[in-house]
Amino acid sequence: MLNRRRFLMSTAAAGAAGFVATHLTPAFAQDAPQIQIFVPAAPGGGWDQTGRTIDQVLRSEKLISGSQITNVGGAGGTVGLPQFISQWKGKGNSLMVAGMVMVGAIIANKSANNLSEVTPIARLTGEFEALVVPADSPFKTAGDFVAALKADPTKVPVAGGSAGGSDHILFGLIAKTVGVPATNLSYVPFAGGGEALSALLGNQVAAGISGFGEFSEQIKAGALRLLAISADKRQDGIDAPTMKEAGIDVELFNWRGVFAPPGVSDADKAAMVTMIETMAKSDAWATECKNRNWTPILLTGDDYAKFLADDTARITAILKDLGLA
Amino acid sequence: METLSHLGHGFSVAFSPMNLLWCLVGTTLGTAIGVLPGLGPALTIALLLPITYQVAPEASFILFAGIYYGAMYGGSTTSILLNTPGESATIVTALEGNRMARSGRGGAALATSAIGSFVAGTIGTLGVAFLAPVVVKFALAFGPAEYFSLMVLAFITVSAVLGSSSVRGLTSLFIGFVIGMIGVDLQTGQPRFTFGMNDLLDGVDVIIAAVGLFAVGETLYMASRRYAGKDEIVPLKGSLYMTAAEWRRSWKPWLRGAFIGFPIGAMPAGGAEIPTFLSYAIEKKLSKHKREFGTVGAIEGVAGPEAANNASAAGVLVPMLTLGLPTSATAAIMLSAFQSYGINPGPLLLTTQADLVWGLIASLFIANVILVILNLPLIGLWVRLLKIPAPQLYAGILVFATVGTYGISQSPIDLVILYLLGAAGFLMRRFDFPTAPVIIGMILGPLAETQFRRAMTISNGDWSVFYTHKLSLVLLILAFIGLAGPHIWAFIEHRRRRGPEHVPGDA
Repeated sequence: MLNRRRFLMSTAAAGAAGFVATHLTPAFAQDAPQIQIFVPAAPGGGWDQTGRTIDQVLRSEKLISGSQITNVGGAGGTVGLPQFISQWKGKGNSLMVAGMVMVGAIIANKSANNLSEVTPIARLTGEFEALVVPADSPFKTAGDFVAALKADPTKVPVAGGSAGGSDHILFGLIAKTVGVPATNLSYVPFAGGGEALSALLGNQVAAGISGFGEFSEQIKAGALRLLAISADKRQDGIDAPTMKEAGIDVELFNWRGVFAPPGVSDADKAAMVTMIETMAKSDAWATECKNRNWTPILLTGDDYAKFLADDTARITAILKDLGLA
Repeated sequence: METLSHLGHGFSVAFSPMNLLWCLVGTTLGTAIGVLPGLGPALTIALLLPITYQVAPEASFILFAGIYYGAMYGGSTTSILLNTPGESATIVTALEGNRMARSGRGGAALATSAIGSFVAGTIGTLGVAFLAPVVVKFALAFGPAEYFSLMVLAFITVSAVLGSSSVRGLTSLFIGFVIGMIGVDLQTGQPRFTFGMNDLLDGVDVIIAAVGLFAVGETLYMASRRYAGKDEIVPLKGSLYMTAAEWRRSWKPWLRGAFIGFPIGAMPAGGAEIPTFLSYAIEKKLSKHKREFGTVGAIEGVAGPEAANNASAAGVLVPMLTLGLPTSATAAIMLSAFQSYGINPGPLLLTTQADLVWGLIASLFIANVILVILNLPLIGLWVRLLKIPAPQLYAGILVFATVGTYGISQSPIDLVILYLLGAAGFLMRRFDFPTAPVIIGMILGPLAETQFRRAMTISNGDWSVFYTHKLSLVLLILAFIGLAGPHIWAFIEHRRRRGPEHVPGDA
C-alpha cells in the first residue's frame, strides 16, 4: 500500500510548485515528535537522499510521527546555511543535513557563515573514494600512478568532481603526501559523475578520483581498474588496497552528518542525539546504507564537534595548497 | 533479432494494466509540469523519489519515463502560445512558434510540434532499442576537444538568429556570455561576477533568463505599444491543425531534427539545447520560405527543433541504460532511484535487469503514443488561450512567469533577476536588439569555455588537439563551411554571372 500522506505530499509538491510540501501540516499527531529537516541542496542529490532516508527510517522506527523537508539549494550548501543559522535559530526539533562538501564550499566561496555556528548532532555516513584508471592504462598499481605523478604531474590528467570538492581535495592530499607540489597538478573537474566517467571510459584522461559508488559498476564490468581506495581498512568484496597499504598515507571519507540550529537547549540537543543514535543503530538504516553504498561512520555530540574542527583545518590547508583558499 | 524478442518481452511487461496506468499518470503529469516554466522533469522526479519505497521498480521507472517524455511535449506549448519556454530545450521553439501563434497559426505550430515530437521520439526510442551499443561507442569518442569544436559549430547557429544587424546580434550574444559566466567557475571553484551575493553563486538559470527576456520583456513591450493603438495577435486563421502544405513543409525537418537530436543527446555532454540550435540553423538555411523566419513564423523552425529535443531526450537514455552514465539532471535522479531498489546501474544493467530495461524501453513507445493522443485534442483547447483579450492575457503571462520562476528555487532573488531581465528585454525590443542570441550565449558560452579549458588542461596547453583529433577537425571544417560557405558560394555565383563586366581583365 502506498503511504497516502507521502504520496499526497509528493504529488502536491510536484503539482503545485515544490514549496507547498514544506507548508503542509500533517493530518495526524501521535506521541512521537514532529521534526523539520533542512536540506541545503536541491532535491535528488546526496544530501537530499540522506535527508529523505533519515525521514523514512525515523518514521518506520516510530521515532517521529512526521516531518517536513525544506530544500534550499545552491553553491555547495552555502546558500542554505545562512538561512538555517538566522531563520531556524533555537528550533530544537530541526535538523540540517550537511557534509564535507559544505566545509570545502564555505572555504572556497569565502562564505560569511560556517559550520562552527551550528550545533553538531551526528556524523552518519561516509563514502570512501576510489582511484581508478581505464582498463588499458599502463598503470597497474597505485605505485605506478604515483611514480608517473612524481616524474611529471602535468602529464597525468586526473578527472573528478568540481574544483575544491572532495575528489579534488583527495588528489591534493595524495600529491602532498608523495611530495608533488599541488599547484603543478593537472586536475580536470567535471560537474557530474557521469561526465567524469565518460572521460575515463573514452580514455580522455589518465586517471579518475571520485566516490567509490560512482565507479563500482564499471570496475565490476572490467571497464575501469581500481588502484586504491581511501577507506581506513580493506572492504569486503573490494579487491583493492587502501591508499595507506599502497604507500600513500591518506585516509578520506566524504562524510555526511546532521546539525541542529544554533541556540538550541541542552535538553533538546541531547534528545536529538539520542534519537539519531537509535536510528543509526536500526536494521532499517543499515539496509538503506548498504543499498546506497554508504559506509556507516557514526560519531555524535562532542566527538563529532572535535572531528569537524580537525577536518576543517585539514581541508583549509589543502585548499590553500591547491590555490583555492 | 534478439533485440526483437527482448522488446516483445518488454511490451508484455509494459502492457500490464497497472503499468499502463502508471504510464498514463506519468505522461499527464509530465505534460503538466512541462507547461510550467521552472518545474522541470528533474525536480518532479526528485520529489516523487519516495514513491520508490512503495511500488515495484518497473512501475516507478515507467512513471518516471512518462514524466520525462511528457515534459518535452508540454514545454513547447507555452513556448508557442505565450513565448514562455517551460524547459530550456524548448527555448528555440518560442522563436518561430510564438510568431506563428501571433499570426493565427498557433494550432499548426502546436500540431507540428506534437506530431514531430511523436515521430522523433519514436525514432529516438528505436535508436535506444537497436543502436544503443554503437551510438554509445561514438559518444564516448567525444572528448573535451571534440565538444569544443561542436560548440564552435553550434555558434554558427547564432547567425541564424542575428536579425537585421550583425553588430546588434553580436552585442546580444556577448551580453549572454557575461550572464552565463556569473557564478562559481567549475574549473577553479572561484566565484565570478557575483558581487559577494551568495544567491548568485549558482549563476542565473537559463529558464529564468528566457522567461524574463521573452515573456516579461515582450509583455512590457506590448503594454507600451497598446497606447499606440496596436494589437497584433490574430486569434486563429484557417485550419485548426495543419494544412497539406504545412505537412509537406514539416516532415523533412522532423526527420532531420531526429537525426541531429539523437546522437547529440547520447553524448555525455551533448544535452538537449545544442541540437535544437543546430536544427533551427539548418532549417533556416534549407527553407524555401526564409522570409517567414522572424516575421510571421516559419513552420520548419518549429518542426525541426521540436523533433530534435525529443530525439535527444531518447538519446540521453542510451548512456544511462548501457553504461549507467547519467548525462542529464533527470538521468542522474533516475539513477538514484535505481539505487533505492538496491540496483546498481552500470554496464551490466542490460543483462542483470533485462525485464526492467526492456519494460522501460517498451513503455517509452507507449508513452509516445499516449502523448500524441493526449496532446492533439488539447490543441483546440490551448489555442483558445489566444482569444483572451490582450490585457488579460498578458497579465496572465506575467503571473504565470512569476509563479513558475518562484517554483524553481523559491528564491525571491530569482524574481528580482526575472524582472531585471524583463526590463532589459523590453529595452532590447524597443531598440531592436534580438534577444535570442543572449540565450544562445548563456548556454553555449560557459559550455565552450569549460570544454576549451578542459581540453587545454588535458593536453597540457597544446593547441594542436583541436585539429589532430579527427572528429574535432571534421566539426571545425563543418563550422567553417557553415559560416563561410554561403559567402563563398555567393561570391562565385556573382563572378560567374556578372564576372566579365564587373571584373575587367579577369575573364
